[in-house]
Amino acid sequence: MSELDHAQTTRHIRVTVNGVSYERDVLTRTHLGDFLRQELGLTGTHLGCEHGVCGACTIILDGQPIRSCLMLAVQADGAVIRTIEGLAQADGTLHPVQEAFWDKHGLQCGFCTPGMLTTLAAVLEADPTMDETAIREAISGNICRCTGYETIVDAALQAASRMRGGH
Amino acid sequence: MGARYFGAAVKRLEDPKLITGRGQYLDDIPMPGVLHVAVVRSPHAHALINAIDASMARDHAGVVAVLTAADLGEMAQKPMPMMAPAPMVKTPLTQSPLANGSVHYVGEAVALVVAESRAVAEDAAAMVMVDYDPLPAMVDLAHALKDGANLANKALQSNLAGTLKGGFGDVAGVFAKAAHVFKETLSLHRGGCHAMECRGVMARPDPAGNRIDIWSSTQSPYMVRRALALCLGMDEASVRVTAPDVGGGFGPKAVVYAEDYAIPMAARHLGRPLKWVEDRGEHFVATTQQRDQLWELEVAADAQGRMLGVRGHCLHDNGAYLPYGVVLPVTSMSSFPGPYALEALEISLDVIYTNMVPNTPVRGAGRPNTCFVLERLADRVARELGIPREDVRRRSFVQASQFPYETGMKARDGSPVSYDSGDYVQCLDLAVAKFGSDFKARQDKARAEGRYIGMGIASYVEDTGLAPYEGATIRVQPNGKVLLLTGAAAQGQGHKTVFAQIAADQLGISPQDITVEAGDTSLFPLGIGTIASRVAVTGGSSVHMAAVETRAKAIKVASQVLEAQEADLVLEGGFVKVSGTDRQVSLGQLALMLHGNFGQPLPAGIAPGLSATAFYEARQTTFANGTNLCEVEVDIETGAVKILRYVVAHDCGTLINPMLVDGQIRGGVVHGIGNALFERMIYDENGQPQTTNYGEYLLPLATEMPRIEIVHMESPSPRNPIGVKGAGEGGTIPAAACVISAIEDALSPFNARLKSHPVSPQDLVQLVDQG
Repeated sequence: MSELDHAQTTRHIRVTVNGVSYERDVLTRTHLGDFLRQELGLTGTHLGCEHGVCGACTIILDGQPIRSCLMLAVQADGAVIRTIEGLAQADGTLHPVQEAFWDKHGLQCGFCTPGMLTTLAAVLEADPTMDETAIREAISGNICRCTGYETIVDAALQAASRMRGGH
Repeated sequence: MGARYFGAAVKRLEDPKLITGRGQYLDDIPMPGVLHVAVVRSPHAHALINAIDASMARDHAGVVAVLTAADLGEMAQKPMPMMAPAPMVKTPLTQSPLANGSVHYVGEAVALVVAESRAVAEDAAAMVMVDYDPLPAMVDLAHALKDGANLANKALQSNLAGTLKGGFGDVAGVFAKAAHVFKETLSLHRGGCHAMECRGVMARPDPAGNRIDIWSSTQSPYMVRRALALCLGMDEASVRVTAPDVGGGFGPKAVVYAEDYAIPMAARHLGRPLKWVEDRGEHFVATTQQRDQLWELEVAADAQGRMLGVRGHCLHDNGAYLPYGVVLPVTSMSSFPGPYALEALEISLDVIYTNMVPNTPVRGAGRPNTCFVLERLADRVARELGIPREDVRRRSFVQASQFPYETGMKARDGSPVSYDSGDYVQCLDLAVAKFGSDFKARQDKARAEGRYIGMGIASYVEDTGLAPYEGATIRVQPNGKVLLLTGAAAQGQGHKTVFAQIAADQLGISPQDITVEAGDTSLFPLGIGTIASRVAVTGGSSVHMAAVETRAKAIKVASQVLEAQEADLVLEGGFVKVSGTDRQVSLGQLALMLHGNFGQPLPAGIAPGLSATAFYEARQTTFANGTNLCEVEVDIETGAVKILRYVVAHDCGTLINPMLVDGQIRGGVVHGIGNALFERMIYDENGQPQTTNYGEYLLPLATEMPRIEIVHMESPSPRNPIGVKGAGEGGTIPAAACVISAIEDALSPFNARLKSHPVSPQDLVQLVDQG
């Protein structure tokens, strides 16, 4: 088979995204980010570099923050995925990281924000005791051109405190 | 009336949708039936195009069309108009929407492939066979004007696009009498845009071909409309341009690009909606950048270290074309003499064509360049005379008693450059106080331990609030909510919030009751663009004026309705109230009344609608200023630089929202730190870009960035009704100079002299080894 014949190959996959089950036939070469955006219409996941450095496309897959541009949709068969659209509760209550980004001016243009929020939600849910150094490490794979990162770090520290039960 | 929201750290109105994934950036906009475009780009820095064979691509399944300049007609083959015409340029070169017989940089757009999906369009783009005849490339700025240098374009006799000259005073006399004269050779590089959202254009023609809707991820939707209406021969009312949510701009998105022309042309040609979204690989080669300047300068100083005069010459690489005219080198020129009250100045800049991506302003434009060379000169004077670096600046500054201060330079319109207000010495003193006085002791102690820490300093002045205007309309609706319309689109700055803050105080309502719509040419008649730290001054002043007028109208009409004196009326909580009584009428009721009804005349002499439109006339520039101090540690074994502290004292006049100003400063400083340490767009000798991904081209990351400690000073500008000055670039302008100053100080035991940026660890190890 030629490369272009491979481009037409499809597979059937099932994924759960933000609590909703989907079944789709997908082109095997489609990356997960394009699948979420184009097939499921979840355009909150942004594509910033499509070579795995900027982190804008980060989603939470089976509990782990991963880059949806570096994974094929077919590899996500059977996975449970959370995207930016699924961080807030069904009643609209914001996730503590979302609330904190708003409070602390943790975003300007907002384009890297979904990847920042999913990364931080995943790591802080796993360990809300993270300090500033650990938080900076955690987002070292997310590029922000607007903020200089400081207010993002401050927001993460506020969110961590709230997730530990503080205020 | 006291300000309640103006000056307060109001949380942004923009954020709720952006933090929940409901933003709508260009690629997120649903568009039924849209076709996807991939751009075939030149792989050569300089070449003639003999032929284009698109037959294989056209036959590929899913491809709808392959379009070249020849397919799209005369306007696609003609050079695009220069956005800022420059009569001094003898051979003004701009590219055509699609290449017309030749290409002059790697990445220049050659053809469009239109297909059912982006993936198929990209497959087919690789099948478009372009027969190129490569020509020698011009990439060596230092040799651009030497005999035998390759020419960047066959239309040129010389790579010199033009020479800018500026200055004042008796230069020869000042240098002759000066106690000290020092010479420096300096160079610097700025890097690219790297907004996290790349560019993109979508166009939807109407079936009759009479109208076109265009979406562009741009800072200048009105410039896109102007350009396209003129190019397509259409009424401006028939060309609607919308800047949706835009994921960062930083200057390069203010340009009207080849794709801004070619995609709408192709959409009209095919009668189908088209979308092109730049990918990151394209961004590195097709979005404008700022690259190199090479400087030779001399500074004259008196015996006490006061700088008296500067003279110098610059080679400025402007890339293959002048899309923005010579605006970029002009901003370098007009940023002299910085914060310094020089007696004499003589500067010339040679603007050079090369076979690299065209240059236009990146955050700060030419200002960080001028700041860097002036601050290097100030540090040199301090070192030679053995006096503190901050004292050279204190002694050389324009003094507080001198405002308004005419520098001797001329603005773009020929008027004298006049600094409006401030106290540069006091602002520097604030930075020094924040930094603390124990640095020298800590530096000595560190050196005794074999550690090398250094303190950097840089001061700057920034011209902000560039002419001519941004306007605003305020309209109270019958439901009492307020619509605020403006042409000034945002790319993350928070215009909606600050405009709502300004209007809310006048109207006695909350910012949440104001809906701000910006960047849609169908909603507001005219606009310029969000560039050059200009919107708070121009747009903010217009919002204020429109709000004041709307308030006056509400009071006038309410005084009739309530049968009260205007002087007794106050606006509060959405009502006009008679002070000290319970008599009131809501703004919504007044708006309903002024919307009018069948057969009911409005009150005599009152125009319909509780609304007003204002255009503040930006006749005189406002000047922000500040001083930065930072502390770095250099590992002399590895050359690694760690920024330990960064202090900013900043004066941008009256603050509208200190939280948002701090955000602008922090982001700007980090951009400048990137310029000092990381960002380097490298081309080889054939004009092939070598750094086209984020493994090769480094951007600042969270792990390397310091906290930015900010002290504000507020010297209101007397030149606009709200006292504001711009804040968008003041973070960036001095930051690279400050970091370089600190590294030089850290490595002073090795007599290291830093003459360029960015500096790599390898550069620093070499300086240590030579020391």
